[in-house]
Amino acid sequence: MKQKKGSAEPIFKVFIYVVLITLAVLIIVPVAWVFLASIKQNSEFYGNPWALPAGFYWQNFVDAWNAASMGSYMLNSVIVTALSLALLLVIALPAAYCLSRFQFTGRKFLNTCFMAGLFINVNYIVVPIFLMLKDGDVWLKKLLGDGVLLNNLFVLALVYASTALPFTIYLLSGYFATLPHDFEEAAYIDGAGYGSTMVRIIFPMAQPSIITIILFNFLSFWNEYIISMTLMSSATGQKTLPVGLLNLMQAQQSSAQYGILYAGLVLVMLPTLILYICVQKKLTQGMTVGGLKG
Amino acid sequence: MRRSKERSRFIALCVAPAAILFFIFMVLPTVNVFRMSFFERGAYSPTETFVGLSNFKVLFQDAKFISAMQNTVLLIVTVTLVTFFFAIVFAAILTREKIRGQNFFRVIFYIPNILSVVVIAGIFSAIYKPENGMLNSILSAISGRDIMILWKDQQMVIISIIIAMVWQAIGYYMVMYMASMSAVPMDLYESASLDGAGRLAQFFQITLPLIWTNIRTTLTFFIISTINMAFLFVKAMVAKGMADVGLSFMYNQKDAGLYGYAMAAGVVIFLFSFLLSALVNKVTQRDVLEM
Repeated sequence: MKQKKGSAEPIFKVFIYVVLITLAVLIIVPVAWVFLASIKQNSEFYGNPWALPAGFYWQNFVDAWNAASMGSYMLNSVIVTALSLALLLVIALPAAYCLSRFQFTGRKFLNTCFMAGLFINVNYIVVPIFLMLKDGDVWLKKLLGDGVLLNNLFVLALVYASTALPFTIYLLSGYFATLPHDFEEAAYIDGAGYGSTMVRIIFPMAQPSIITIILFNFLSFWNEYIISMTLMSSATGQKTLPVGLLNLMQAQQSSAQYGILYAGLVLVMLPTLILYICVQKKLTQGMTVGGLKG
Repeated sequence: MRRSKERSRFIALCVAPAAILFFIFMVLPTVNVFRMSFFERGAYSPTETFVGLSNFKVLFQDAKFISAMQNTVLLIVTVTLVTFFFAIVFAAILTREKIRGQNFFRVIFYIPNILSVVVIAGIFSAIYKPENGMLNSILSAISGRDIMILWKDQQMVIISIIIAMVWQAIGYYMVMYMASMSAVPMDLYESASLDGAGRLAQFFQITLPLIWTNIRTTLTFFIISTINMAFLFVKAMVAKGMADVGLSFMYNQKDAGLYGYAMAAGVVIFLFSFLLSALVNKVTQRDVLEM
């Protein structure tokens, strides 16, 4: 690029920077605005929207946490996300290991099924899942006198983990298939069983892809709200953080409690932003191994 | 051969939980979407009555469904064109030029992708607020008079959704194209510029053909995901009944307790997305160039 030193070069360069900075500003400013708005008093929202906050009004966070029950929603979200990640790893890791490294009847069929599962989007099947659990509850009510499938954090986590299986198995299988078979053979000769070989030898080697999987699925579980909204639909029951925020947003339209709303927004996005800042390199690299690469 | 039995038991133990959960929560519901579209089922009567194709017949005459599908098509076309145009152009600029703080921009551009759609809806509700909103206040400052556009009103709501969706998607695709463009060997550009090819010619004759396979795949994925994202955005941003897309129409029918009808809509949208991606795949077919 250095051969050409036309007069247009510096102007072009300036133009590039102007465009890039504009785009960066368009992304950062709204996010930063919400952070600033979360410490404004309610009266400040009727003036100039670009005015800086008059002071640190932490009461918004206290109100969001207690009065708007964002605290308990946050606890629910932490439970559901942790539980579904744990379930997903315990179920997907051994399955991906066997599907990619053992020859057995039905292997090809199962691999094809999980591949096809990549194309099933949760938004299409959320209604049948809801009806299935609802029917199950009706049946359980007859049997035990109480339904437990809907409005249940554990069932929600199970649905999250199950619907994440195809993508996770696909990603892990791709990694396991690249490992040489010598590792297992050496372990078998030393007298190790199948299970301990898998847990002690193979899984530690798969650590990078396991971390990628945890990252991506953490983001999708933490941010998810359609399944959560459908399966935890009871008005008085527990909710996850995004659904709680959505309700708060709808309530805010009538009661105009902006400060609490923006504090709630901060509470939802802060964990993902902190995680992102810690591992941003891994995430932006990881997306190219995510299977979208042509 | 003692190990043979142990081996099968190990495999069964490892694969069975995943297979069973996959069957219960993905295969069965998918089959049910198609099966239930032929049945009528209400919210308070769990009995199903077979009605054949009548759900579909009603659906194709439902003005709300037709306008929802029109909105879906409008969103797919505009969001895809705008996102891909800017993502590819910016990625080409960023990978070809030596930009200071390249990593900084990469980190920033990816941020919308890690935020929940609910959070994005909240951020945009602050942007679109008619009085004291960010967008209207900027427009007022530029034009010098008081501008009070109702961004979430019937007329503007689709445009508002388009802006929010492009905002959310553009960084992700840019970072992805930067990754694939940086794999194009530099000496190709060097020899091209020795031959007198300008920036534009290099872009159209080297960059674009070489990453075409990648663009094709992502385009297909993007169209499918736009159908889903449009649903998430409408559900979080738009007051109920203001504007619908295909999947939000389906969800409203479920809320109204018309389960069979909702599933018929789901089937139509699924087939629509399937046909559309096949079509896009066909239209974008080119001879593959190897790097």
